[in-house]
Amino acid sequence: MQNTVLTMQNIYKSFPGVRALHNVDFTLREGEIHALMGENGAGKSTLIKVLTGVYAKDAGEIYMKGTGKPVHIKSPQEAQRLGISTVYQEITLCPNLTVAENLFIGRTDDLFVDWKKYNSRAERILGGLKIPTKPTKQLSNCSIAVQQMVAIARAVDMDCKVLILDEPTSSLDEQEVAKLFTLMRELKGRGVGIIFVTHFLDQVYEVCDKITVLRNGELVGEYQIKDLPRVELVAKMMGKELGDLAEIHNEAQPSIMNSKEAIIEAEELTSTSGIKPFNFASHKGEVTGFAGLLGSGRSECVRAIYGADKVLKGKLRIKGENVNITTPIKAMKKGIGYLSEDRKRDGIIGDLSVRENIILALQVMRGFFRPFTKTQAQAFADEYISLLGIKTASADTPISSLSGGNQQKVILARWLLTHPDYLILDEPTRGIDIGTKVEIQKLVLKLASEGMSITFISSEIEEMLRTCSRLIVMRDLHVVGELKGDDMTQDKIMYTIAGGSNSK
Amino acid sequence: MTRNNNKLDTDRFASVLKALSRHRMFIPIAFLAFLLLINVFINPSFLRVSLGRDSTGSPVLIGNLINILNNATELVILTIGMTLVTASSRGQDISIGATVSIVGGVIMRVLCGNETQPTQLHAPILVALLLGCLAGIACGAFNGILVSKFNIQPMVATLILFTAGRSIGSMAMGGLKPKAAASFGYYGNFIPGFPVPTPILITIGAIVVTLFALKRTNLSLYTRAVGINDKASSLNGLNPALIKFLTFVILGLCVGIAGFVQSSRVQTVNPYTIVPSIEMDVILAVALGGNSLGGGKFNMTGSIVGAYTIQTLTSMLTTLNVNTNAVPVFKAVIIIILVAIQTPMLKSLFVKKVTLSNLTAGAGKERG
Repeated sequence: MQNTVLTMQNIYKSFPGVRALHNVDFTLREGEIHALMGENGAGKSTLIKVLTGVYAKDAGEIYMKGTGKPVHIKSPQEAQRLGISTVYQEITLCPNLTVAENLFIGRTDDLFVDWKKYNSRAERILGGLKIPTKPTKQLSNCSIAVQQMVAIARAVDMDCKVLILDEPTSSLDEQEVAKLFTLMRELKGRGVGIIFVTHFLDQVYEVCDKITVLRNGELVGEYQIKDLPRVELVAKMMGKELGDLAEIHNEAQPSIMNSKEAIIEAEELTSTSGIKPFNFASHKGEVTGFAGLLGSGRSECVRAIYGADKVLKGKLRIKGENVNITTPIKAMKKGIGYLSEDRKRDGIIGDLSVRENIILALQVMRGFFRPFTKTQAQAFADEYISLLGIKTASADTPISSLSGGNQQKVILARWLLTHPDYLILDEPTRGIDIGTKVEIQKLVLKLASEGMSITFISSEIEEMLRTCSRLIVMRDLHVVGELKGDDMTQDKIMYTIAGGSNSK
Repeated sequence: MTRNNNKLDTDRFASVLKALSRHRMFIPIAFLAFLLLINVFINPSFLRVSLGRDSTGSPVLIGNLINILNNATELVILTIGMTLVTASSRGQDISIGATVSIVGGVIMRVLCGNETQPTQLHAPILVALLLGCLAGIACGAFNGILVSKFNIQPMVATLILFTAGRSIGSMAMGGLKPKAAASFGYYGNFIPGFPVPTPILITIGAIVVTLFALKRTNLSLYTRAVGINDKASSLNGLNPALIKFLTFVILGLCVGIAGFVQSSRVQTVNPYTIVPSIEMDVILAVALGGNSLGGGKFNMTGSIVGAYTIQTLTSMLTTLNVNTNAVPVFKAVIIIILVAIQTPMLKSLFVKKVTLSNLTAGAGKERG
């Protein structure tokens, strides 16, 4: 039995209105690579932040190897002293310094620094970990992967016992990932316990020993990698039992599903976001969906169609006509609307009023020199405030003071006002109350029955099954399958995501 | 009875005051009024405007108020452009003093050619105005490209012309210091026979055009949207870089007009001393108007009131015979106070104090 290096027991953490962690246990042993898995909002990052002292836990105990009593980690510095180091997806080193300077900055006690000494020490560390760079090279001249490795080397040299890698592979290509894995195995051999947070399933199965799955702030379980087939991992992350045939009845099978009039056809489309070339079509009156885990490329597909990311290759046809969409305004003028995934960052314009947020897209399409009069704008705002039941003090209220669900309705109103032929809804129901969710789903079905072509993306699989008539399944930036009709079951989706065969 | 009435009055007064003091225009306007009041206190005839005659015998309006309105012209026009730049780019253009110098240099060269004391103008004034505005727009476009295309912080990007502009102005005049014929002076002084200083008319024109543009185009909506959230704006079909660029070009046009008025005032330009440190006064005017220098929402009327406030302050210090060298210190102190009371923290404290003191005053009367 290996030595336990870190034990977290009965951890609780709440934020106002949100139960982020509820009775979570986590155990890490020496020389173990342990994947921490979960969908959005599962509590992964909260757990990491509790462990690194960014958040104070509400209850529970943390034990480190060698300390008999529970430790209280109050700051990231304290975590570091205890031997817990974190390497984030974004490099948190100084790009304008050399590799050696980055390795030792803030850790030298001497008044005068003998860089010769440190450079040779750095050489030894880099050599020992087989990191292909020189101590005197400026960090910004190294590849992202090497920068990440330098960050890891710094952590390891600071005598770390627990190394947390938070999505380290998101911006690396395949070869770089392979190098990083070599380094991780090297560290594992030295007895470092590694917590690996990622959303790439393949990588988990390639490098990890154990998996802890969280969902909705609760512990689902800890598993040996060999005991947990992929499809079961997917099921556990999504909170579904395999073979759970309590089918959600698809009340949505629209009568006009057999419409053959394609609104959007994408052929081998690919963009700067790294999405692999994909084919896609959406017909009049059809609700299509992109299913997949977080980061699988769902949003990237629709962003390529909308021109939000730069399209590199591929063809796009709208109602049979070849189009070249390079910017969102071109997409809007061709009748496409896009409700973006991150409402706060990409959707609302915080300090503008509800009215201005509603008319924005239509106003931009109408042109700079043709502003709506205040009366017209107010009429549009009033119409959609009552149509969608937006709860706001007045149309003059800044959108930022509305609740999440109402903000989302305002953005929805913005796009409905443009009367698009094809509407993309990327996570329209995230972070909003259940009542509003149902309203939005109903609205989607109503719009489709009126002939609009809609793409509906959601992390909640039931929602997709309830609203979509066809699902595109994605994994690791690839389209890996398409399901429709009777094939649209949770099991099929999970098998497809996990990379098993389509036919069970 | 009287007591009750008194109490009611104080209550009403307190609530009105509270509502007023919450209005975003309250502090700019209150401060302008306060300054004017001090001036009236010092010099009871401060507000008097009279009709006099100038040296040629033409009727002209005379008075402190006229002087303030007249001298504020460049400040007001530049503030209009700066407000838009601040809102869209979340930063300020510090090169405007130097670019006014470039505009002045271009205008003098066009009007005087290579002579130092030409007896007549070398080109029609309209041509000089157009070329001056073109020079201003070119400077604005240069700054705009650096900010919008290369994503350089506005203050850093405009540091280039801030440093080089006055020398460029001197070079534009071929190193000479020419004085243009007197007829060029109409635009910075008086049109013979018309008693209102021409710069005041130009300011009114600029304000009217601005308010019209804000009402009849989407300049305001686009500028605010881009300043608040450029990611979301671009997903809604806007081109944030283009809009930021456009606001810099508008400021460039403002620089062109301000440079024209300024060089017409004495019909000559000293490129190294023309409009000294005006960029700071302009930025302060924007801040005084209740605008966040961090961009986003803006309040054009507030900015314009802010510009007049600063001009009133400058005039006041001059009439008080404050040593010219000490004027900036006084200005600085007053501005610190002014900006400080507009910070949200002190603002809420201030509002509380005002209402509290009114309430206690009311209560005191009750007891009495």
